[in-house]
Amino acid sequence: MIPFDFEYYRPESLTEAVQTYETLISQSKTVLYYSGGTEFLTFSRVNQLYADAIIDLKGIPECNVLELQEDQLVIGSAVSLNNITESNLYPLLGQTVKKIADHTSRNKISIGGNLHSRLIYREAVLPLLVADATVKLTGNDGETVHPLKDLFNQELKINPGQFIVQINISKDYTTLPFVSLKKTKISKVGYPVVSIAALVKERQIRAALSGVCPYPFRSSEIESVLNNSSLTKEEKIEKAGTLLPSPIIEDIQASRDYREFVFKNTLLETLEALEAAQA
Amino acid sequence: MISNGTSKTVVKLHVNGETRDVMIRSADTLLETLREQLGLTGAKRACQNGDCGACTVLVNGEPMHACLSLSIETVNQPIMTIEGLRNSSIQQEFVDKWAIQCGYCTPGFILNCHALANKRPDADDETIEEWMQSNLCRCTGYQEIKEAVKSVLQNHKNDSAS
Amino acid sequence: MMENPWFSVGKPEHRIDAVAKAAGAVRYTADYSVPGILHAKLATSTQAHAKIKSIDVTESWKVPGVRAIITGKIFPFHIGPILADRPPLAFEKVRYYGEPLAIVVADHEYQAKRAADLIKVEYEPLQVVNSVREAFKTDAPLIHENSGQYMKIISNVYPVQGTNIGSHIKIRKGDFIKAWENCEYKVKETYSFNLSDHAAIEPRCVRVEINPTGKVVVHSTTQSPFTIKKVLNQFFNIDVGNIIVHVPMIGGAFGGKGTVQLEPLAYLASKAVGGKMVKLEYDREEDLITAPGHIGLEATIALGTNKSGKLMAGQYTYLIDSGAYTDQAAGITRAAAIDCTGPYNIANVWCDSYCMYTNHPYATSFRGYAHPELTFAVERTMDQLAKIIHMDPVELRTINAIKPGNSSPTRTTLNASNIGDVSKCIERAKELINWNEGARKETAEGMIRAKGISTFWKTSTTATNAQSGAILKFEPDGSVNLSCAAIEIGQGTKTILAQMVAERLKMDINKVHVTMEVNTQTDPHQWRTVASSTTFLAGRAVMNAADDAIAQLKRTASIALQCSMEDLEIGGGRVYLKPSPEYGVKIEDIALGYKFPNGHAVEGQVVGHGRYIQRHLTPMDKDTGFGKPGPWWSVGTQAIEVEWNPKDCTYKILKALTVLDGGKIINPMTAVQQMRGGMYLGLSFASHEGFQFGTDGTVLNPQLRTYQLMRFGDQPADYIVDFIETPAADGPYGARGIGEYGVIGMAGALANALSRAAQIELNHLPLLPEQIWNVRKEFKNDSV
Repeated sequence: MIPFDFEYYRPESLTEAVQTYETLISQSKTVLYYSGGTEFLTFSRVNQLYADAIIDLKGIPECNVLELQEDQLVIGSAVSLNNITESNLYPLLGQTVKKIADHTSRNKISIGGNLHSRLIYREAVLPLLVADATVKLTGNDGETVHPLKDLFNQELKINPGQFIVQINISKDYTTLPFVSLKKTKISKVGYPVVSIAALVKERQIRAALSGVCPYPFRSSEIESVLNNSSLTKEEKIEKAGTLLPSPIIEDIQASRDYREFVFKNTLLETLEALEAAQA
Repeated sequence: MISNGTSKTVVKLHVNGETRDVMIRSADTLLETLREQLGLTGAKRACQNGDCGACTVLVNGEPMHACLSLSIETVNQPIMTIEGLRNSSIQQEFVDKWAIQCGYCTPGFILNCHALANKRPDADDETIEEWMQSNLCRCTGYQEIKEAVKSVLQNHKNDSAS
Repeated sequence: MMENPWFSVGKPEHRIDAVAKAAGAVRYTADYSVPGILHAKLATSTQAHAKIKSIDVTESWKVPGVRAIITGKIFPFHIGPILADRPPLAFEKVRYYGEPLAIVVADHEYQAKRAADLIKVEYEPLQVVNSVREAFKTDAPLIHENSGQYMKIISNVYPVQGTNIGSHIKIRKGDFIKAWENCEYKVKETYSFNLSDHAAIEPRCVRVEINPTGKVVVHSTTQSPFTIKKVLNQFFNIDVGNIIVHVPMIGGAFGGKGTVQLEPLAYLASKAVGGKMVKLEYDREEDLITAPGHIGLEATIALGTNKSGKLMAGQYTYLIDSGAYTDQAAGITRAAAIDCTGPYNIANVWCDSYCMYTNHPYATSFRGYAHPELTFAVERTMDQLAKIIHMDPVELRTINAIKPGNSSPTRTTLNASNIGDVSKCIERAKELINWNEGARKETAEGMIRAKGISTFWKTSTTATNAQSGAILKFEPDGSVNLSCAAIEIGQGTKTILAQMVAERLKMDINKVHVTMEVNTQTDPHQWRTVASSTTFLAGRAVMNAADDAIAQLKRTASIALQCSMEDLEIGGGRVYLKPSPEYGVKIEDIALGYKFPNGHAVEGQVVGHGRYIQRHLTPMDKDTGFGKPGPWWSVGTQAIEVEWNPKDCTYKILKALTVLDGGKIINPMTAVQQMRGGMYLGLSFASHEGFQFGTDGTVLNPQLRTYQLMRFGDQPADYIVDFIETPAADGPYGARGIGEYGVIGMAGALANALSRAAQIELNHLPLLPEQIWNVRKEFKNDSV
C-alpha cells in the first residue's frame, strides 16, 4: 500500500492537463504525470517515488489514439502495451513490448510510461529509435514535434511540465523485415540481460539495444559495422562489442562476462535472422 | 475532470454488476478497496507489486492486477471479481482437473483464464502460456492448471461448433 | 470377506475443499477484518550486522493514527524452537538485513507503514559474515558472542561458545578412517547453494487480542498452533490454557509456517495497546527476508568403494547456512546427519553436520527438512563416482541400495516395513525414463537431450512424543463431524482423513463433515502439521476414534436390537446383525442415543475419540549419533530429462519422474498432485531460486520480480508419477508419509542431467544458464 497521500486529477483535454500541472506547481507541489501507473504504484509503495499530486492522462482522447493516419502510424502515450501488440500496426513494436513484464501487467502499462521508466530498460524505445519516430509533446509552450533521437539520450529528456501526447512512425517502417529478441536470466518474465530490436531498411540493418549498457541506445557506429559487407559475421560481432557506448553492466540479472556472451549470441542470431532481408 | 484530494472521498465502483459506494484515499489500490470495503476477499493480497497475479480481477473484461490500479482509476468501469463468477465452466474445470491445492492463487488464475476464454477462444499453447505466465502457483506445478485451461477452451470450441 | 461398497481408501476422492476454493469463498487469515482492528507494521534493519546505537521514533509519533511504538527494549530476551537465541525484536545489535527493530501500531495500515518508515536508526556497522565458509574460520567475527549461554529447548543442540557454530551433530558409525584407506575408488567433491525462500503465495499474517480475562486469542497462518501456545507460555509466561489459537485454511506453507515468528510480535503489539486486536500482515518483502526462509549449504562428500563398486566408506561435512539464528536450522542440521548417506548401505560413516550462524536472513524448515539439500550433494557425488569407476550410475545405485537387514547411519535396524523397497523404485524409474535407450544424445537440431537420476530417502524426525488426536461427533442424520488439529495447507490432509473415516465406518464420504479450521481450545492436541507425519499420526488417531465410535454405535444398537455387541456389524449408515444384515438399525436413529417406542432413552450422542503417539523414538547420542529418530523411511527415485542448448546454455525440462514407496496410497490423485507439486518446487529451487547477497550482506532480490519462481510454461512438459506400495505395518492402512517427498531428489536429478548434457560437473545451485556457462568456461580453461 502507498504510505503517503496525494491528489488525483484526471483531465479530459491536453490544455486541462497542462493547466492543472501549472496550478499545482504554483502551489509548490511535487507533480507527476501518470498513465499506466504501474511504476508509480510499485515504486511509491517502497518509498522510492513521491508525489503530492498525480495527473492521469488516460482521460485525454489524443493520448488514446492508435491508428494509421495517412502515411503515419499514430500511437497515443496512454495506449497499453497489449493494445499495441494486438493491433499489429507495427509488428516490431508489438513484438518488442510483448516481452515487457507479464501479460496482465501489459493491460495496464502504457507506452508513454515505459518510455519514461525509471528502470534502465525502457524497451519500447528500441523499435521507435530504429524507425526514426517523432514525438509530439505538450506543455506550457504548447504542442511541439521532435525527432525521438533528439529527445532520447540515455533517457527521455523533456522539460518539466511537458509530456508525450503521441508517437508518430512513418508507415513505411511498419512493414520492413525485423527481428525482436530478448534474453533473460532464466524466466520469460523478467528484466532483460540483452534485448534487441532491429529492422532492415534499404538493405541496411538498424538496431537498438537494451540491457547491455546502463541505458537503451541505437549506435550508428555499431550499425555501420553490422552493415559492412567486407566483414564476416564473427568479425562484425567482435567489432560491435568494442563499440558499445559504455562498458557492459553487471547486476543481479547477469555478470559482465556472461552478458557479453549473451550480447554476442544475440547479435549473431539477429544477423542470421536478417540475412535474407539484406541480400 | 475527475479529481480527488488527499482526504477520503466517496466514489461509486461498478463491481459484479452492482454499483457500490466506497470511501477511498486517492492512494488506495483497487485491491485494498475491494478487500477492505467491499469484503471481496477472493482477490488475494500476495505481492502488491504486480508480480504474482493472485489479485487478478477483470476491469472492462481485461485481466488486471488489482494491486496495480488505484481505485479512483476504475470509477465508471465494470469490475468483476471471483465473487461475481458463479458456477462457470472454468471453475468446474479447475475442480475436475485437480488444479487446486491451497487455493490461494486459484481466483486469480480462474479470472485470467475466464478472460482468455472470452477474448481468445482460439488461443494456441503459446498464447495460453503468455496469459497464464502472469500468475504464480506454488503448489501444483502448473500441469493441472494447464489441463483445466485447455479443457475450457476446448469446451468453448465445442459449444460454438454445435 | 464381504466387499465393502463404501470403500474410500485407495480411491481418488475429490478434495473436499475444492469447490469453495474455486468460488474464491474460502477466507484465509488475512481475509478477516473487524471495525476497529488496529494494524501493526515493522521497521526492519537496513544493515546485516551492526550495533544499534539509537532508535529515534519522534517523527513517527507525529503520524496521525499511531497508537503505539515499541522497540526491542520492551522484551530483551531470546526465544527459539530448539535453541533460544533470537530476540523477537532486535536489541543491542542487528544480525541480518530485514530483522525486526520496532513495531508501530496504528488505526490504518498505511499510517503504521508511514510511521515505521520514519523511524530513524543509528547503527555502528560490524564486519559482516557473508558465507558459511567465512563463518567457519577461526578468526571470524562472532555473530553471537554468548551462544554457549543460550537456553536449550530440546536436547540435541550443541552451540560452540566463541565460534559461529550454532550446533554440531556427529555420526560415527564403523571405522571410517581405516575403511577409507582400503577403498579402491574414491571421490571427494564440494557443493553449495545460497539461502532461498518458501515463497508461499499467501504471505504470513496474524491477529492477536488479549481479552480482559487474560485470554490471548491468536489467529494465524501457521502449521503449528500448539507450538504457538508453547512459545507464548515458555517465553511470555502466559498459562497454556489461556492461549487460544485459531487457524483457517492456509495458502501454502512448505515448512515456512512451521515455526513461530510473527505471533510474538503481534502479541507484544496487542499488549502495547491494552490488548486490542492487532493485525500484522507481512508484505511480500517481509515474508521473503524478515520471516525465516530456506537454508543455504556448503557440503563436502567423500565416498569410497571396493573394486566392484560397493560403497565402503562415506564422509559428509555439511555447513548449513542457518543465517542469523538457528531456529529450525538446528533441527535440519540434525536431520542432515541422520540420513547423511542417502538410501545406501555404508558400513563406515563419518558425518559432521554444522549449523552455522551468518549475517543472512535466518532459516527454518523447508519441505524436505535437510533432504533435498543433502540429496543434491549425495546424488551428484554418486554420479561423479560412477564416472570414476566407469560404471552405469543406475547400476552403482542399485548395488548399493539400502535393504532390510542393513542399518541406518544412526544404526536403526531396517526391515521391509520401515524402509520399503529402494531397489524396486530404482528399477521402475529406470524403466519409466527409458534409461536403457541412452542417457545422452544429440538431436538433429544440435540440441543435447540428457537424463539424470536421483535416489532418496527420508525419515520423519518428529518429537519423540509427537502425537495427534481426533474426535468424531455424530449428527442426528447419521452423518459425522471430524475434528482434528491437522492443518489444511493445500496438501489435502482433511480429505485424506475423511477418507479414512468413511472407510472405517463404511459410510459415504459425503456424510463425513470435516472441520477445516483449527481451534486449539476444542480440537485435540496435534504436534504440528509438518514432517510428512500427518497421514500417519492423525490417520492413526482418526482410526482410533472411528473404532471408539463403532464400539459406541454397536453398544447402543445392541440395546435397540436386543443382541450382543459381538453379533453386530456396521456399514452403509446402519448397524446390523452379521448373520441377517436385513435386521438392523439406522445410525441416524442411534446417533443421539436410542429412544424406545415408549419414550425411554439410552446411551446418548455417539462421540468417538482417538489418539496416537509416536513410540520408541529416542534422541541421538551426542558423540556417535546412535539413536532412533524416526518411525519409518519413505524412499524413492526421481529422474529428469532435459534438452540443453550448447550454444547459449539454456535448457528445457522435458520430463520429471517420481517413483515413490510411500506405503499404501490413500488417495492416488492427491498423492500424484503432491508428487508433481513437490517436483515443481524442487525444480524451481534448483533452477531459479536463491537470494543474492551484496558484499554487505544485504539481500539484492527481496521481491518476486527479482527472486524468480518457475512460471506457467517453465514446468516439465511431462510429469510421470508412480507408486510402489510396500505397506508400513503400523501406518494407517499401511500408509507412510509422502507430503515432502516429491521435492527431495529434484535438484540432484536436474544437476545430474545437466552435468551429463554439458559434460561438466555442476555442483552449485541454482542451475541458471549463466552458471552452466561459467562452469563450462572454467572447464575449458582448465583443459587447455
